[in-house]
Amino acid sequence: MSRLRQAARRIWRVASIPLLAIVLAFIVAAFVIVISSVFTSTGLDVFLPLGAYGSLLAGAFGSGTGIVNTLVAAAPLILGGLAVGLGFKAGLFNIGVAGQFLVGAFAAAVVGARLADSPTVLAAPAAMVAGALGGAAFGFIPGFLKARTGAHEVVTTIMLNNAAVLLLTWAVNDLVRAPGFSFPRTGEIGNSALPVLLPRNLHLGIPLAVLFVFAVRWLLDRTTIGFEIRTVGQNPNAARYAGMRPVFVTTLTMTLSGLLAGIAGAIQMLGVIGFYAPGITASVGFDSIAVALLGRSDPIGILFAAILFGAFRAGAPLMQIETSVPIEIIDIIQALVILFLAADLIVRRVFRVRSTKPVISELATVARTWAGGTPPGGAT
Amino acid sequence: MDAIATFFRLIWELGVYLFTVVPDLLPIILALATPLALGALCGVLNERSGVVNIGIEGIMLMAAFFAYLTGFALHSAVGPGASIALGILVAIIVGGLLGLAHAWLTVSVRADQIIAGTMMNIAAFGVTGYLNRLIITPSGLGGAGVIAPFHLPDAVANLPIAGPVLVMFFDQGPIAMSVLFIVIALQFALFRTRWGLRTRAVGEHPKAADTVGIDVYRQRYLNVILGCGLAGLAGAFLTLESTGSFQNGMTNGRGFIALAAMIFGRWTPIGAFAGALLFGTATALGVVVSIRVPEGDLGNIMRSIPSNWYAALPYLMTIVILAGVVGRSTPPAADGVAYVKEGKG
Repeated sequence: MSRLRQAARRIWRVASIPLLAIVLAFIVAAFVIVISSVFTSTGLDVFLPLGAYGSLLAGAFGSGTGIVNTLVAAAPLILGGLAVGLGFKAGLFNIGVAGQFLVGAFAAAVVGARLADSPTVLAAPAAMVAGALGGAAFGFIPGFLKARTGAHEVVTTIMLNNAAVLLLTWAVNDLVRAPGFSFPRTGEIGNSALPVLLPRNLHLGIPLAVLFVFAVRWLLDRTTIGFEIRTVGQNPNAARYAGMRPVFVTTLTMTLSGLLAGIAGAIQMLGVIGFYAPGITASVGFDSIAVALLGRSDPIGILFAAILFGAFRAGAPLMQIETSVPIEIIDIIQALVILFLAADLIVRRVFRVRSTKPVISELATVARTWAGGTPPGGAT
Repeated sequence: MDAIATFFRLIWELGVYLFTVVPDLLPIILALATPLALGALCGVLNERSGVVNIGIEGIMLMAAFFAYLTGFALHSAVGPGASIALGILVAIIVGGLLGLAHAWLTVSVRADQIIAGTMMNIAAFGVTGYLNRLIITPSGLGGAGVIAPFHLPDAVANLPIAGPVLVMFFDQGPIAMSVLFIVIALQFALFRTRWGLRTRAVGEHPKAADTVGIDVYRQRYLNVILGCGLAGLAGAFLTLESTGSFQNGMTNGRGFIALAAMIFGRWTPIGAFAGALLFGTATALGVVVSIRVPEGDLGNIMRSIPSNWYAALPYLMTIVILAGVVGRSTPPAADGVAYVKEGKG
């Protein structure tokens, strides 16, 4: 009994601020919905948030389909969250998940279409590997540039996101456009599609994503390279004095981060979308950052955070249809969650709780390496 | 041997071509550089006082939206001129208020500055998308109108050599032209006034500044709010001077290219402006080469490069310049570090 209570207390100490941040975000978003209802044709509606949140919940968990949709939406967020979280561990902020996701999705679509007639046991893994490698290559670039030249990944990854959209549009138009369609797109993926385990599209990518949660956990906690990643994240200088290789670790971490984002793109492509066409957008990019922050860059925390945001994404369309509250309220809630995590002072004041700080300590390294400046150490 | 000769001939032709398109480039560079320059100046003001702001993108987007909304809502009530002027004012105020929020988060609450900026970007994307879908799309009404650019008399514009240069800077809209004065004023203010000295002091060594009686928090608040007001002006430029409409996510990475321009310019207003002009030129080149293609082999090569590559040029250039410049430039020493007053733990 007392052990149970101890465990519960420990979980509360870690999870209380993230949970309360979510509660607070929903409360503030409710005010946004009420105030903005003035501008709609129906006029001021004080109970609109209740209806909207009800529909959101119903869309996400209210039916078998809803639950499957939630899990399908959560799968790429798990991998994207792990990608951002792994970067955080090494003191790197990968805002490039959106671009790496697209490159991974594109590579998987192209290889998948090429192998469309091969047996699934061969075609699906090959397409997955292609996606993973595409994402990894796209993560390597900012990692290498950060390690070698100090160009900060916050700027370079955003630029690569924009470049990826344009260059992939060109690639689909001019290189791999499939014949027989009225618009530029890649071919049918046929047998490369991920097997569906349960009706209504519960595809193999979902258990795969969960598997990666434990793989990343193992990498960070049980391997030498994981130890190096965490040490570099805490203090690059100390790591260098200890004989570690910050240049190598930085490059490797961004590459692995890109790899995870690429797999996210691949499972979304092979499990849900089916073909690459210009204009597919990835809300996965920003969502992954929120997921990693909410999960405190801990793999298990990221798993739960991803399911939560997956539920938001799965439930939001029903909310917009039934209550005409725009789908973008999810982005607002997300920003509010991040706000209350970054300024946990607010949550502590409002709910009068004490708990461990929710902000990931390695983030200090991200800010310290801004613009390639050397860690200022005692420069206060 | 032939290959080498051809290579040099192509280089020569490219040089000649670039020279001939200069009159096409000059009039559009400043307009393309304006949001980048204002964003970069925002970055300079923030970071010179020690606050990293990667939320410039979001602040620009938010201000762009509210400027448009103001112009759009008041268009019929107060007339096009006044509604646009009010729209610009609203954009600057929105920018300043968001700056106040960023300053509160980073200076007072001492939240992580990178996360605070990220939050700003996501919030801006969400809020503008939300209100756009709720208010502007269903109304089905037209735009807010755009500011008419100022035109130089033909006699001046047609002057040899001086003409195109004057066109580049003075045949523009009012916000684009105001950038020139803002840059010069800030360059002077930052290095020749008491405010500038204090700003640099709290950015380089806040403790020393505190010791001699400068209020570090106040100075940082002031700079972040002023800077974000400029980012707000950049937003107004996008909707009220450049395009006359609002699209979701229309800032399209400009806030981040602005940061690269700031780093390129080594945290000085004039340098940042030069960086913005450089990126503006890259974008302008992408526009011009697709319209005016030269004859011959060079034309064939240039035509064979897809337009998406030209469009990606500014982004790729940002990366290259950042990688090339950043190691050799030094940010303010206390950039990104929250200041804790003695005895305030």
